[in-house]
Amino acid sequence: MTGLRVENLSYAYGARQALDRVSFRVEPGTFCALLGPNGAGKSTLFALLTRLFAAPQGRIGIAGHDMARAPRQALRQMGVVFQQPTLDLDLTVQCNLSYFAALHGLRGARAQARIEAALERLEMRGRLGERVRDLNGGHRRRLEIARSLIHHPKVLLLDEPTVGLDAATRRAITAHVHDLSRRKGLTVLWATHLTDEIDDADQLLILHRGRLTEDGTARQLRGGLGLADHFLRLTGEAA
Amino acid sequence: MMDWLAALTAITQREALRFIGQRGRFVAALVRPMLWLVVFAAGFRAALGLSITPPYATYTTYEVYIVPGLCGMILLFNGMQSSLSMVYDREMGSMRLLLTSPLPRWWLLVCRLLASTAISILQVYVFLGLAALFGIRFSWGGYAALLPALVPAGLMLGALGLALSSVIRQLENFAGVMNFVIFPMFFLSTALYPLWKMAESSALLRDICAVNPFSQAVELIRFALYQQLNAAALAWVLLSGLVWLGLAVWGYDPERGLIRKAGKPG
Ligand SMILES: Nc1ncnc2c1ncn2[C@@H]1O[C@H](COP(=O)(O)OP(=O)(O)OP(=O)(O)O)[C@@H](O)[C@H]1O
Ligand SMILES: [Mg+2]
Repeated sequence: MTGLRVENLSYAYGARQALDRVSFRVEPGTFCALLGPNGAGKSTLFALLTRLFAAPQGRIGIAGHDMARAPRQALRQMGVVFQQPTLDLDLTVQCNLSYFAALHGLRGARAQARIEAALERLEMRGRLGERVRDLNGGHRRRLEIARSLIHHPKVLLLDEPTVGLDAATRRAITAHVHDLSRRKGLTVLWATHLTDEIDDADQLLILHRGRLTEDGTARQLRGGLGLADHFLRLTGEAA
Repeated sequence: MMDWLAALTAITQREALRFIGQRGRFVAALVRPMLWLVVFAAGFRAALGLSITPPYATYTTYEVYIVPGLCGMILLFNGMQSSLSMVYDREMGSMRLLLTSPLPRWWLLVCRLLASTAISILQVYVFLGLAALFGIRFSWGGYAALLPALVPAGLMLGALGLALSSVIRQLENFAGVMNFVIFPMFFLSTALYPLWKMAESSALLRDICAVNPFSQAVELIRFALYQQLNAAALAWVLLSGLVWLGLAVWGYDPERGLIRKAGKPG
């Protein structure tokens, strides 16, 4: 059991059913897009996957570790980029990354090597000493992605990581994470409501009103239509 | 085990760096008790005669009487502010990041508490230094004996904030917490008036003050400043601190916890 496994996951906020019996798998080396309109339940799914709260029913497996039975092993294998930024703006890039590394048991020279490698990969190496507040939105997002890779996770979860970025930056970041999944064998779950971030070869999950309505490759699912049209047809009444 | 210590060091370091960065917060935290000391206490000096009760061995002026209460005030405000801001304000994200660490949750929460308490204690000493400039001084032994009293008092009040942050949804902003938690705790305590003074106005008031854990924290601090141990106050502080911490750990437990109520999961 590797990659990401979700079985029969449901979640309700009081009477509001936010997720309804969601099941899917993402294999290692796969970039999986979770596409859903606003309020579909994407962030709720991420909250369950990152153990912010536990699901009353259903199972989550991260790189072979069951989230309910072995949460700490599961968390160790997981990198996360949340929808809302979680950087300390008044601290430097270095401080932000060292803090995170320590939370994952990395210290000293080993931590520093990982930090520099992660920044290098995202072409941010030169910014180690800068204050996060002085970085632009695109660089902040890249920094969060770099941070999520420091502890060498096997599963990478990103909740709408390109919100608020310009087209060029969006494309660069999307391409980079595609590349990570392909070259490093990372299992990627990428939540979005923007169809242009998805390649034809990607796995695609469509979430609508808490239910998973489709699961396949983007190419299969869209058929002859453009992906945007296909998505609109499925979820159109919500727009 | 090394991982646990590394996390503690990192969390404390972050708290210290953030604190240095936020001069406004630092100044506000000092201006508040200084105003009480300089304006309020001076005005009351004549109006309030204080009889000689332990730990005081001689007649004491009101300014001297309220210093422990103001130390407690610093711990109370900081404890609430750092815990609650973590969950509400922009900080919700940093709490989530913290909770994705593979270390046990209770330890992460304890680290947060220790870190914010360390910062509070630093502020208490800066306040005492300022008070000394105004002529309100204690013995060096008293200043030293204060440290072991500030640690449990600060942890208890920080744990209270953490517990509130995890279970109470209504108190969504700091103003709400001020009105419903901080002010009642502060005014219905021995911070401003001793118990016997409260008893003069009502027995009920005195009883409320006596059981208020904040009073116990203040008394612990007061006795420590005179190099005495108030064992009953210490016991009460530790006990209530453990209750708050237990509540906080429960509140942040993903199975039973109520953190999901705290807002959008984003
Ligand atoms: N704390 C909460 N209490 C009650 N309902 C909530 C809460 N958080 C989310 N919801 C509801 O649950 C549903 C799913 O929300 P969620 O945030 O998971 O959607 P999303 O797909 O991430 O949307 P977006 O694209 O806007 O980020 C929505 O209808 C939302 O209103
Ligand atoms: Mg969302």
